Amino acid sequence: MTANNNAMTNIDLTKVKPYGDTMNDGMVELAFTLPVPYGEEASEAAKQLVKKMGLDEPAVVYSKDMGGGFTFFTMYGKCQHTVDYTTIKVTKVEIETMDRVECQKYIEDNIKREVVIVGACSGTDAHTVGIDAIMNMKGFHGHFGLERYKGMNAINMGSQVPNEVLIAKAIEEKADAILVSQIVTQKDVHIANLTNLVELMEAEGIRDKVILICGGPRISHELAQELGFDAGFGAHSYAEDVASFVLTEIVKRSLL
Amino acid sequence: MKSKLNLDPKVVDSARSCAGRIASSMQEFIEKHTTVSTERTILRLLGVDGIDDVETPLPNVVVDQIKDAGVLSRGVAYWIGNTMIQTGFSPQEIAEKMSAGELDITKLKLATKEEAEARIMPSVMEALNKINAQTKKREDYIAKIGEGKKPYLYVIVATGNIYEDVIQAQAAGRQGADIIAVIRTTAQSLLDYVPYGPTTEGFGGTYATQENFKIMRKALDDVGEEVGRYIRLCNYSSGMCMAEIAAMGAIERLDVMLNDALYGILFRDINMQRTLVDQFFSRVIIGYSGIIFNSGEDNYLTTDDAYEAAHTVLASQFINEQFAVLANIKEEQMGLGHAFEMDPDMENGFLYELSQAVMAKEIFPKASLKYMPPTKFMTGNIFKGHVQDALFNMISVWSGQSLQLLGMLTEAIHTPHMQDRYLSIENAQYVFNNARDIGSEVEFKAGGIIQERAKFVLGEADELLHTIEEEGLFRTIEQGKFGGVKRARDGGKGLEGVCVLDENYFNPFIPLMMGGVR
Repeated sequence: MTANNNAMTNIDLTKVKPYGDTMNDGMVELAFTLPVPYGEEASEAAKQLVKKMGLDEPAVVYSKDMGGGFTFFTMYGKCQHTVDYTTIKVTKVEIETMDRVECQKYIEDNIKREVVIVGACSGTDAHTVGIDAIMNMKGFHGHFGLERYKGMNAINMGSQVPNEVLIAKAIEEKADAILVSQIVTQKDVHIANLTNLVELMEAEGIRDKVILICGGPRISHELAQELGFDAGFGAHSYAEDVASFVLTEIVKRSLL
Repeated sequence: MKSKLNLDPKVVDSARSCAGRIASSMQEFIEKHTTVSTERTILRLLGVDGIDDVETPLPNVVVDQIKDAGVLSRGVAYWIGNTMIQTGFSPQEIAEKMSAGELDITKLKLATKEEAEARIMPSVMEALNKINAQTKKREDYIAKIGEGKKPYLYVIVATGNIYEDVIQAQAAGRQGADIIAVIRTTAQSLLDYVPYGPTTEGFGGTYATQENFKIMRKALDDVGEEVGRYIRLCNYSSGMCMAEIAAMGAIERLDVMLNDALYGILFRDINMQRTLVDQFFSRVIIGYSGIIFNSGEDNYLTTDDAYEAAHTVLASQFINEQFAVLANIKEEQMGLGHAFEMDPDMENGFLYELSQAVMAKEIFPKASLKYMPPTKFMTGNIFKGHVQDALFNMISVWSGQSLQLLGMLTEAIHTPHMQDRYLSIENAQYVFNNARDIGSEVEFKAGGIIQERAKFVLGEADELLHTIEEEGLFRTIEQGKFGGVKRARDGGKGLEGVCVLDENYFNPFIPLMMGGVR
């Protein structure tokens, strides 16, 4: 233990690099395919490429002929670069998550009316696993969804809902918040769709009146804010995280 | 074969005959209706192809004109047959002239139903011969170059560009894949027409077009000959155009097609009346063409829980089996679906999963069961994901699955990269080979966890089927009993394309295909 402690105290957080089994060894593992035929030339090409990525002593530990002139590599290398951890700033949803019971009590004590949340996979996205995990009664991994929350009317419109339809529903139901889930992010199709939603809400003049949230495995809070959303929730977010944000935001913005 | 699960055959029979009655009562509804896409399918089989100057497919042009004239209830086969009598044009020429606005086929002199049917019959036989030639070609290939061992290794390509798909598919074939599925672009299932020509732009997949089918078929035949193993091609006979795509698949020699009305209703919000009518004709075509259909029960477990909702999967498999029987599909062509979606944190989850997989095999012994990989609990931890996929492969070889859709370690991150596919094939080959005969070697403890689990799930499925029989299938779906998703009988997309038949309606393909005319 003493040795480890020494190692930890020896970290220079202004110059952080990967850790394998010795401080500052810089060990990185990589797996990729090159569009060149299997052989020694292919391995040499992979090593030169990894060197250019900033990794010293590139080593091909495994390579495999994938057929058709492609070769797969598993490689190691020692990273030469460092980052200054002490200056890192990340935008996060700054909120203390309340559990379901606390959320329900918060509605009772501070909002004193039903909270309406409308959600959908909007645009062409047909994958409802994310919105279902947050909204459906059953929830995900032991975390009940918003439908189960007392004092909350959670409306899950499902998949491939046009943004116009989602907004119309939000207006009709006088929604406090809109949740949009985006799973398919190939070719940045989600960016165009999310931007379109913000623009439509602004055109309808309801952007300020509704808390707008997006979520999905490739969504970060930072991206969400850049696109004009109030918050973004990535992987490992549950209904209570979203609910806590919506409820405190309602109070903070006096949308009571 | 003695049941290793000690399943009660009386309960199996009860569930199966109940599902038979559910399917038959639905069939009465189906046989009184047609749809715009079922009619377009007839046109496609008759050789009508191509698009007009605004890229509307000619089958749509023809059916829309007949529908707008209010006479679709008699069926396009009558109208085309009659027009052939009155004008001497071929079906394709008729479509082209209708598209150019030079011909109104509803304003011609009217022959009798029998005359129209007789006139169209040579074109019908030509279509059947085309399909028969493809079926024979498949059989010849398998006889000549052989095929992989079951469970077939089934992988997907999904680049959006058919030419890029070809590169990925050929690589996968060389790495050992037995089935290649070309994933469709997001939302194609909701288009009420089939796009035309080769396509290079799609999101999360590639358009299903006849030309794309042809390009991929040739690519897989080439690699199949190179590696000495027939490689099957899979696509989607589902959504608003399920029957049309079945016809395209039959003509271009697809081998496997996803085909499940219940899936479309629940997960794509397609109107239930529309898609059940379309499913019937699509299954008749699939059955006739030697294609294996895949049902989509596995999807229930992405929205519902694999442990709690296991009986809904089994109940749906029974119904899908009986729908297939009504379309005269051989058991070997029934790719009933299920999935490995137990929560990995669940104690003994592997045993429950094994029990359910063996149960499916014992209840549907000749079916080509399609087993789907973990997706819901794949996290982006590719290392653990690879282990989850290994357990999935273990259960597959143990329980004797037929079509193994290989899990990708990068599931939940992106559509598969070339190396992901290679790693998944290697994983499956290792496990299958290393545990090849485990199923025939190992028996289960009497009254143990595995036997009791199967008994419980079968009992619940039987109970659910009896509830469905009482309520009717439409009503059951309305109540959200499958996948926890509720759909209204008159809701969803495509209801306006459903049409009640008049007494002179005929679809010449259905009796011939069901009769197995060669």
